[in-house]
Amino acid sequence: MVEANPTSPREAEAPREADEPRDSLVVRFGADQPLKLDAGVALSPFQIAYNTYGTLNAERSNAVLVCHALTGDQHVASEHPVTGKGGWWETMVGPGKPIDTDRYFVLCPNVVGACMGTTGPSSANPATGKPWGLEFPVITIRDMVRAQAMLLDHLGIETLFSVAGGSMGGMQVLQWAASYPQRVFSALPIACATRHSAQNIAFHEVGRQAIMADPEWRGGRYLLDGTNPRRGLAVARMGAHITYLSDAALHRKFGRKFQDRENPTFSFDADFEVESYLRHQGISFVERFDANSYLYLTRAMDYFDLAADYDGLVANAFKNSPTRFCVVSFTSDWLFPTVESRAIVHALNAAGARVSFAEIVTDKGHDAFLLEEPELFAIVRGFLDGAGKARGLGGKTP
Amino acid sequence: MNNPAIDHIARNASGARVDLVLVSEMIEHGAKVLDVGCGDGELLRLLSIARGVDGRGIELSREGVNQCVAKGLAVIQGDADTDLADYPDDAFDYVILSQTLQATRHPRVVLEHMLRIGRHAVVSFPNFGHWRVRLQLLFAGHMPQTDILPYNWYDTPNIHHCTIKDFVQLCTEIGVKMERAVALNAWGSPLRLNAPWWFWNLFGEQAVFLLSRKG
Repeated sequence: MVEANPTSPREAEAPREADEPRDSLVVRFGADQPLKLDAGVALSPFQIAYNTYGTLNAERSNAVLVCHALTGDQHVASEHPVTGKGGWWETMVGPGKPIDTDRYFVLCPNVVGACMGTTGPSSANPATGKPWGLEFPVITIRDMVRAQAMLLDHLGIETLFSVAGGSMGGMQVLQWAASYPQRVFSALPIACATRHSAQNIAFHEVGRQAIMADPEWRGGRYLLDGTNPRRGLAVARMGAHITYLSDAALHRKFGRKFQDRENPTFSFDADFEVESYLRHQGISFVERFDANSYLYLTRAMDYFDLAADYDGLVANAFKNSPTRFCVVSFTSDWLFPTVESRAIVHALNAAGARVSFAEIVTDKGHDAFLLEEPELFAIVRGFLDGAGKARGLGGKTP
Repeated sequence: MNNPAIDHIARNASGARVDLVLVSEMIEHGAKVLDVGCGDGELLRLLSIARGVDGRGIELSREGVNQCVAKGLAVIQGDADTDLADYPDDAFDYVILSQTLQATRHPRVVLEHMLRIGRHAVVSFPNFGHWRVRLQLLFAGHMPQTDILPYNWYDTPNIHHCTIKDFVQLCTEIGVKMERAVALNAWGSPLRLNAPWWFWNLFGEQAVFLLSRKG
């Protein structure tokens, strides 16, 4: 079984991020600005934690919204306050990087339902002063986007030069282009789909059940009871992590190699390197993530079905869209395979939208969008350059 | 298509491929254009600079697509034989098939789709009726190889070669209106306009046709 170190000081810190996030900007929306949720209730008051990189130009025309994935957060290109590691998209975002912070004003909000400072199940419920837990309303991708739009209104940014993101971030990109076409000049949905497949819902359900099966989960009231379903969350992460990689990548990295030993121990110890790696992934994840947030965010992805809101036709979501799209997929991604991206492209073509589509050859699986992929970088850079010319964005901002 | 043959196609003084310049001259300013088999995007780029078109592309090879997108062009990875069916009617003013017709599995279906999706179609192709092609088969007795058809028979992507005469016949058969036709000789110069078809078919190394729907 997975053993997390119960005395780790970092673990105690993680829940604190929910209400008082470090190294982040926070906007608090009061009772006069409720977030209307698809579930039919309003979230109020609530807060959004976000980070920015680069400078907003005088015309306010160079803003790029980065949407993070399931287990990502607002720390895109700067040190993570809990793990101390670098930002999750440092390869893509920064000075001189494809999403060039010398040219663009990049902002990334933590999504609603997450646990790094935007209101979620580990935040304090204003009615009780105690963590929401499962009292927190179920949220959707559209709710996340609606909250982000409120943040942009607050910041006085009318139009986004671009919205970019992979996986769950890509779902938000698609939702942005569908909900606010006039506010999105260009869109970069990477390794995503217009709906979550049955197989992906199934994987998520396994993760959720692992969390709920942990006795420390306590029906979602673990923060009140002073427990933490570490084992359940770690197992959920281990299972999910396999789906982010590929058979080829696992074989290349680990093969059947033993971990610090010559021969099998004839026990259930982590004999194989791949086991040891997965256990590490699970343990390090629970340091920075909240189990209930994992339930809520996986649910939001499961519910995502863009066509359902548009008479069953994705193309209707993008009719007369002025947005320039660049859809990207990866050959070895079996979570969001290329066929899903092709469906997006077909819909955009049918809607007459301006769309580019590239499939990148890699054995790194779904996680390729987070990794060193020169072809991806060239495509993102070229697409944004082209869009920048059309948008009248010059070189570097002062 | 990633086509080594294009390296041998004649270029004008400013370095542009003469066949592409010819194609671009057939396109109205500001038109909405789909380039099927757009390669590395040379024509789309020319069209956007010279004619100010709103251009899109489809390209089979991944390298081609990625080069195009990196240049800021709106290009998707796809196959002319299967993916044209997904485009709605009248989506474009022009659909262009440049040096790609002979590499499609179903040239006739592709041509019909082009004129469904676009009001006009522009097709350029190497003429298999050129005298050098004929001579090679007649005297040397092997599958012809020329500058613009450099492949061996066993590794060529070109599976449906045709002559200018064949193409004109296909246009008649499917009821397509030929608005303009130009044949280029081996040096990239257009043949005399009033020359008869048999002359074009013998001395034209490649041909460019501007087509539209009848009626």
